[in-house]
Amino acid sequence: MNIKNNKISLPGSRSFRTYAVVLVYIVLMGIFMITAPRAFLDYKIYMAFLSTVPISLVMALGLTFVIIAGEIDLSFCSVMAFSGFIFTYIFINTGSTILAFIASLAAGAVAGFINGIIVAKVKVPSIIATLGTQFFWAGLAVVLSSGRSLIINEIRPSLLYKIFVGRIGGIVPAQAIWAFGIAIILSFILNKHRFGESVMFIGDNRETARMMGVNVDKTLIQIFMLSGVLAAFSSVLLACEMVTWWSTQGPGYLLITIAAVFIGGTSIYGGEGTIFGTVVGAFIIGSITAGIVASGVGGFWTQLVVGLVLLSAVFINTFISKRRT
Amino acid sequence: MNNSKNLVEMKNIHMCFGKVVALKNVDFKVGENEIVGLIGDNGAGKSTLIKILSGVFPPTSGEMYIRGKKISNRGYSVRKAHEYEIETVYQEKALGEKQSLWRNIFIGRQISNFFGFINVKKEKEETERIMKELIGFRGVGVSADSRVGKLSGGERQGIAIGRAMYFNANLIILDEPTAALSTKEVTKVLNFIRKIKESGRSCIYITHHISDTYSVSDRFVFIDRGEIIGEYRKNEISMEELTEKLLMVSARDSGKGDN
Repeated sequence: MNIKNNKISLPGSRSFRTYAVVLVYIVLMGIFMITAPRAFLDYKIYMAFLSTVPISLVMALGLTFVIIAGEIDLSFCSVMAFSGFIFTYIFINTGSTILAFIASLAAGAVAGFINGIIVAKVKVPSIIATLGTQFFWAGLAVVLSSGRSLIINEIRPSLLYKIFVGRIGGIVPAQAIWAFGIAIILSFILNKHRFGESVMFIGDNRETARMMGVNVDKTLIQIFMLSGVLAAFSSVLLACEMVTWWSTQGPGYLLITIAAVFIGGTSIYGGEGTIFGTVVGAFIIGSITAGIVASGVGGFWTQLVVGLVLLSAVFINTFISKRRT
Repeated sequence: MNNSKNLVEMKNIHMCFGKVVALKNVDFKVGENEIVGLIGDNGAGKSTLIKILSGVFPPTSGEMYIRGKKISNRGYSVRKAHEYEIETVYQEKALGEKQSLWRNIFIGRQISNFFGFINVKKEKEETERIMKELIGFRGVGVSADSRVGKLSGGERQGIAIGRAMYFNANLIILDEPTAALSTKEVTKVLNFIRKIKESGRSCIYITHHISDTYSVSDRFVFIDRGEIIGEYRKNEISMEELTEKLLMVSARDSGKGDN
């Protein structure tokens, strides 16, 4: 068999796994088109998805790198709340969107750097380290804001607002373009850059990576910083989209973001995963609430359906992994 | 005294871990284009000796020469060992299971541009070449894109050996490469070792399976309880005698253990 023949995707191959998640998405959309034709046969609901899904998608992209490296980040939602506070607070006090934006990303980078140091250098397991920093950054945001919301209506006329959350042609939300753009760049980095290869080897077998000359500690710190910066970027998108920052915005994004990554086929065991899968996973999660509400079965069903979809996705992935070995 | 025929020479090596003496007065050398079978029971000191030579840790005392040049024990490291063209293939830690062969060959030493982006096409071509030319890979259905997880144990050793050869290792140290393999797979690994010899390189082959090492090694070094207890050229000893020696050593050790 030569390389070309290997491109045929048999069950068990990496691309089959990607097709599986697309299939789940298509089936889900098909169901919603039948149960809620008025909403799901209209383009407007898809534009609504393009405005809401990018917030969790951008964070899920960073989290994908963390999970491929065999680690977890539970703090990104709080980093989002904290750097969102920095963004709105600096904007309110200086009127500068650029300054606010840069400070917000810097806050995300610092938070990620701290996670990275605790995990890579102090050797605290990431699930504990980032649980701790999750409480810390959420708590700091609440303390600094005294629990009050910040409203930034004045940001609407700014260029930054138009670039990040404007509507292209009056229809397509700009944040979707940003999210897709970041996804494409990160996909190249994961698959074709030395950094991405290091991430995969670290998640696969850390000792091998070390012995083959990968700087494991440095790469881990960079991975957590990536997650932090993307959480900050996401917070800017959210603050602009809602023209409001509120101190408890983080927790709602925690589980749906993690679920998006796993639905997308990234392995909890590390070493493998795709950006494309995470993008589709984020849209699956993001569509379920709207789909259920529009179908008329009532919002109470949302969590139950998310649970079922997540379990089915994980079942499919486990099944595929077993076939492969 | 050091002549250029010796690729590596270790003299009077002592190694203590706390109060435990792991190596005593060990003299060990590997010649150019020589396959040395390092034989000993579990815990005899084989791995300790190899780790010193690979730069994992320095000896407590002793001298090391590489191509006749004295090496500073303290300044020596895994990276330095690579610079001296010494590569060690550890059984468990050699490859990333879920990654493709081409990534496994080039990880840490990628063919990449200024921005760090990998030349995937080139790496795949080179991998195919390594598989065909350097190690004579005949795996059915195995290509540069295959994942390591799909390979048999023998094939994995082949990839790790091929990688070491490609990056110009002159001395390839194989730490129990056949420990977990079936007979058929062992044959493959032995063939890879013959490739090492054919290409003019040297190899230290660590094992406690006499029959494996007998067919490929030029010289056998026996180590027991931290001491070299015998050295034989292949024409000086038969496989039966070699086996008998190992059995005697093991019997002596287990006798001690029982008392």
